[in-house]
Amino acid sequence: MVIREPQFGQLKTVLAKLRTDAAAQVTFLVDKNGQSIAVQGDVGNLDTTSLASLAAGNVAATGGMAQLVGEKEFPTLSHEGEHENIYICVIGRALLIVVFDDQASLGLVKLRVKQASREFAQIFAEINSQANESTDDESLFAEITDEDIDSLFK
Amino acid sequence: MTFINYASREINCKIVYYGPGLCGKTTNLQYIYDSTAPTSKGKLISLATETDRTLFFDFMPLELGTVRGFKTRFHLYTVPGQVFYDASRKLILKGVDGVVFVADSQEERMDANIESLYNLEENLQAHGHDLMKLPYVLQLNKRDLPTAIPAADLAAELQRKGEPVHEAVAATGVGVFDTLKSVAKQVLTELRKS
Ligand SMILES: Nc1nc2c(ncn2[C@@H]2O[C@H](COP(=O)(O)OP(=O)(O)OP(=O)(O)O)[C@@H](O)[C@H]2O)c(=O)[nH]1
Ligand SMILES: [Mg+2]
Repeated sequence: MVIREPQFGQLKTVLAKLRTDAAAQVTFLVDKNGQSIAVQGDVGNLDTTSLASLAAGNVAATGGMAQLVGEKEFPTLSHEGEHENIYICVIGRALLIVVFDDQASLGLVKLRVKQASREFAQIFAEINSQANESTDDESLFAEITDEDIDSLFK
Repeated sequence: MTFINYASREINCKIVYYGPGLCGKTTNLQYIYDSTAPTSKGKLISLATETDRTLFFDFMPLELGTVRGFKTRFHLYTVPGQVFYDASRKLILKGVDGVVFVADSQEERMDANIESLYNLEENLQAHGHDLMKLPYVLQLNKRDLPTAIPAADLAAELQRKGEPVHEAVAATGVGVFDTLKSVAKQVLTELRKS
């Protein structure tokens, strides 16, 4: 997946709005492979990299189960704890993760996620349609030298 | 599939350690984890059984530095090697950028190596990947064991396409970083081509 401006900014804007509207602590977009795309909210102690990878594993595992019973996928997952909750929604090639506590309600989160999903889907459609366009910035990968690569392993 | 964010200037790549049960995949990650500075790594997550066999995957993010102003991160995963976890193995290969095949050098594990390699090709195909085109290295692990068969014989049996071959003793770290570098280089070189 290749992300550029202005879509990156747009994703963050929708995430921020969703966070406020749903009274959530964190709203987080990751791709289905577990790579973080963008996050909004109070991530102070939250290990977002681990969360992204586990959420992707979680969705992959439930997706595998879905296929075993003849479903394409289970588009939403909801995990409710004593105080903290996680709601995950599949949006095309991305996952939207909402972390919320007992100040918020699952019903409201679901509703707001549904509304935001359409906006996210639209932005991702733009991201996809531009995936193969390259800009000047990108020829820079063609110029990566062996020394650049070696320097990473010093 | 490499993840590139031009807005935040990040490149993330996914590397998967594959191979038969008990060949030392988790041990490779554990060694990398233990010998990396805290600033360049995240948590090592192991979804394992009570007997420390990988149940779903191990995961660790590793930040290597910047290339041309882009923060370069590798997400390292291992698969569960036990035959009956095939569905999980397949899931983890999704979106892979490079594979390390960890072979167990012991003679009695030869069949398991071959079966696992065959399984890798099959599962890659299920995702539309072709081992022949993917960044790929072969690690011959457990070189310290007396029952290890000669490296040349193992390579002759398991090498698929002239990929780099690294002898290793993952338990003590021998060859672990050489293996990682070797696959990471191929992944970055691939980026240059695209
Ligand atoms: N002698 C020796 N033992 C090793 C070496 N590498 C790993 N081991 C041991 O082999 C055993 C299995 O290692 P793991 O890393 O858990 O194997 P794995 O490939 O992750 O196994 P699964 O998770 O079941 O697929 C452990 O007891 C390791 O200590 C090595 O180079 N030499
Ligand atoms: Mg393991």
